[in-house]
Amino acid sequence: MDFSSTPVATPPVPERGAGMIEARRLTKRYGRQVAVDDLSFAVRPGMVTGFLGPNGAGKTTTMRLILGLDRPTAGSVAVNGKPFAQLAHPMREVGALLDAKAMHGGRSAYNHLLSLAEAGELPRRRVGEVLDLVGLKEAAAKRSGGFSLGMSQRLGIAAALLGDPAILMFDEPVNGLDPEGILWIRTLMKGLAAQGRTVFVSSHLMSEMENTADHLIVIGRGRLIADCTVAEFIERHSRRCVRVRTPQPDALARAVEAAGGSVRDEGSGRLTVFDLQTDRIGDLAFAGGVRLHELVSARASLEEAFMELTGASVEFRAGRPREDRQHALTGGEI
Amino acid sequence: MAAPDVAPGAARTPGSAALPAPGSRAAGFRGALRSEFVKIRSTRSTYWTLLGMVLITVALGVLECYGAAHDFDTGGDFDPTNRSLDGIFLGQLVMAALGALTVTSEYSTGMVRTSLTAMPRRGVVFAAKAVAFAAVALATGLATSLGAFLLGQALLSDKHMNATLGQPYVLRAVIGGALFLTFCGLIAYGIGMVLRHTAGAITASCALLFVVPLLATVLPQSWQNDVNKWVPSYAGNQMFSTRPDPADPAMSHMFSFWGGFAVVAGYTALALIGGMIAFRARDA
Repeated sequence: MDFSSTPVATPPVPERGAGMIEARRLTKRYGRQVAVDDLSFAVRPGMVTGFLGPNGAGKTTTMRLILGLDRPTAGSVAVNGKPFAQLAHPMREVGALLDAKAMHGGRSAYNHLLSLAEAGELPRRRVGEVLDLVGLKEAAAKRSGGFSLGMSQRLGIAAALLGDPAILMFDEPVNGLDPEGILWIRTLMKGLAAQGRTVFVSSHLMSEMENTADHLIVIGRGRLIADCTVAEFIERHSRRCVRVRTPQPDALARAVEAAGGSVRDEGSGRLTVFDLQTDRIGDLAFAGGVRLHELVSARASLEEAFMELTGASVEFRAGRPREDRQHALTGGEI
Repeated sequence: MAAPDVAPGAARTPGSAALPAPGSRAAGFRGALRSEFVKIRSTRSTYWTLLGMVLITVALGVLECYGAAHDFDTGGDFDPTNRSLDGIFLGQLVMAALGALTVTSEYSTGMVRTSLTAMPRRGVVFAAKAVAFAAVALATGLATSLGAFLLGQALLSDKHMNATLGQPYVLRAVIGGALFLTFCGLIAYGIGMVLRHTAGAITASCALLFVVPLLATVLPQSWQNDVNKWVPSYAGNQMFSTRPDPADPAMSHMFSFWGGFAVVAGYTALALIGGMIAFRARDA
């Protein structure tokens, strides 16, 4: 054994947390209510990290803690290796959109951004550049109070991009956007990640993250539920299954269970079979003289899996889905 | 999923030229101050409120001087400077409202969270906001004070009752009036940081500046002699008087100019310290 070198367990992290958001045992209580509960995770550069959880799971609170807007009850969070307030040039290092309407409605879009550019000691020309980038050039002189939610989101994103930061955080950025706006934000986030930036984006919709994120951090009731890639999440939480329709469901169910599969009776001759492939089920049916009207390989909906996972979050501990959930629902013995 | 090893800031936002490298100095007060000046000048309500403050203060002073010139009540030891600046008693309320709004409008709109995301060092933000507001308040206050004085004296000059800036303590009183207005705004600024709500902060500031002096009048005279000089408005009045008013028994127990200045500055310091503590300690 070599005891002199650095511990082997240290993950391959870029120097001193550069481009990273690292939460360590982060906890926030408001009175007796726990909003964030012993949360540890790391957000890495070069990809879009989706921050998923149902409404009220603690996503916004976590982002506020990252930005130092709220003080943690316990634990800590570092951005680029430091607490956010200690960064030398906060706007050049982190850009964030938490609440698109968090601006003075009487101020023009240009002046709103100018006040932020001055605070970050950034050149004034950046204001025009980011307005152009988000497609608000025409509305620059208009008071932001008259903006639609979509325009406000764009203005908030412009503010986040002002300092050309390597770390970006967006809280529910697609809320209230039309399909065109949603596509625009998706493309933007992927583009920013492709440039090597850290992109941390929250959502309460699995379907949204499925299309955008590379990595997922899932929380429920303030606790970490999953921290994995999207592919891993699908693999782990969305089980493969086979949907079968037959006039002899009882006979088929017996045959399938004898062969080691599990069956859920969906009624009117429909069965959902787990742990067996289509060819095996077809063979079993043929051998047992069971007629099949339908035999389809399917995948339980990811949205469904996510809701089930987060809805039952108190029953789970970090990253451990209950293995036998589907088996428990098997109705073969009836 | 391997992360490309890119240094922070090395990537470019699409369609933009490279940002010049930051100086070795961390972002701080200078940028924050400029940011606050942009905020002040880019809201229309600031202009309307300041205009209202100037008009009310000057108009009331003019009215009082008109009255004095037409022999209503000039008393034994008439202070023409103080009379022309009497409108400050209403102007202080408008200035307090503006000081409170400087803070509370950021809370009501949520802008404070955006501001703190751009500059998370709260002491810096607090100081920059206070200094920017104080600069605007003092400049407007000086214009108001001087305008009220000049117009008032023009009316009084008909009866040769007027003062001039060259006379002893007159210029000091004109500047003192502007300083008092600025202090009133800063007191409300500090209260706004503690209360965070527009209505609450304005009510509390007005109570301190306007209701406390009224309450003091119900006290027995012997108590008033000891209490009144500590009341912010009465202490403030000494900042724009050229002499204590011996004709008014209530005034003879007042502090001097510098005493009044110290009392008002003390209230301001208390409000600012309280506001700073609240701003730094609480979740935004």
